[in-house]
Amino acid sequence: MRITQGTFSFLPDLSDEQIRRQVEYCLGKGWAIGIEYTDDPHPRNTFWEMFGNPMFDIQDAAGVMLELAACRKTFAQQYIRVTAFDSTHGTESVVMSFIVNRPAQEPGFRLVRSEEGGRTIRYSIESYAVQARPEGTRY
Amino acid sequence: MDKVQSPDTAPRQLFESSGVKALLDQLDAELIGLAPVKGRIRDIAALLLIDRLRQAQGLQSQPPSLHMSFTGNPGTGKTTVAMRMAEVLKQLGYVRKGHLVAVTRDDLVGQFIGHTAPKTREVIKKAMGGVLFIDEAYYLYRPENERDYGQESIEILLQVMENQRDDLVVILAGYKDRMETFFGSNPGMASRIAHHIDFPDYSEAELMQIAQLMLARLNYSFDDGAASTFARYVGLRRRQPHFANARSVRNALDRIRLRHATRLFGSDEALTREQLCTLQAQDILASRVFDPRPEALAAEGGSR
Repeated sequence: MRITQGTFSFLPDLSDEQIRRQVEYCLGKGWAIGIEYTDDPHPRNTFWEMFGNPMFDIQDAAGVMLELAACRKTFAQQYIRVTAFDSTHGTESVVMSFIVNRPAQEPGFRLVRSEEGGRTIRYSIESYAVQARPEGTRY
Repeated sequence: MDKVQSPDTAPRQLFESSGVKALLDQLDAELIGLAPVKGRIRDIAALLLIDRLRQAQGLQSQPPSLHMSFTGNPGTGKTTVAMRMAEVLKQLGYVRKGHLVAVTRDDLVGQFIGHTAPKTREVIKKAMGGVLFIDEAYYLYRPENERDYGQESIEILLQVMENQRDDLVVILAGYKDRMETFFGSNPGMASRIAHHIDFPDYSEAELMQIAQLMLARLNYSFDDGAASTFARYVGLRRRQPHFANARSVRNALDRIRLRHATRLFGSDEALTREQLCTLQAQDILASRVFDPRPEALAAEGGSR
């Protein structure tokens, strides 16, 4: 089950050329690019691990693609995303983030029912991958 | 600059219409002398234009390798030209962004094991799409100290220079004899550098022109007496040790301005615009260079 988190998530996977063009667009707007990875696909997992530092002083997408290639080599079977941070006054937040790498198999989520007092049921979701194995060995 | 050309355009027309002629004329006006450099830039511009015509005919046109090495004495314009080169290559369309990242050994080499590779990669990432200028490149390689990490940095640079030729242009600079030793011990580096450009010392006439250009930019001028005195000054100073070409001229002009200011400082009347702009012979003659006594010239430190 393909997770659909972030920008472009309902489109087929972006090619390297398309990623490069998106990065050029972000750099053109003066946004700082960061690369993050995780193996916990829960939609409320907002804070992924950062790969290296955010790239504030990069002028060209080629530098970012180099960094992305290094991340893909290290974490080939984890989710990797590219984020763009807008630091202008009033915004100061991530304005764009899209997934650029996924594990080969994405098992999806299961519905967890927890019974509270008075036979109330609380529902939540849990990823099969997270349930099955600890961090680092999931995919 | 990326328009597809019709194959019927003559090269000379293309030369003017693409803005390359204006670019080369500007270079001629702003950089004095430096014939080998200007010649090489002209060649690269010509290749660019012919490539466009070839593309119009459907022929292959691969951009050339642009890594360069600038050798020459101090003050001959190596750093200045490297900065201009980034602009020129951007205007010719050979590099994408045209920014310059100027580094020395300290920015590339780390202090402990594992420090060098990330440091060098960060610098390379920043420079992608533009020009990486490595000043005093021979310090990267220290064969006598086996704990030196410069070699690692060189290896990363070599890999990037070969594999990412269209993303990055590397320019090395330094003194001629030491660069030759450096290339001798790093044949991989030498073979990746396509353009070895030597910066000759400036002639006296060129130094005079440079001085005039610097003064014009600062809104000063020599009067006739001052111009001929300065020509004599340059002739004398050149023969003395530690002459750094354009840099020495700039320092001399700064000292002349100081003396000019001191001369005008004690005046009781308001100064005219003419007086504020004009440097006179006496401002130059106060220099020790004109003092015939040998001990005056041999004195340590101090100004000339």
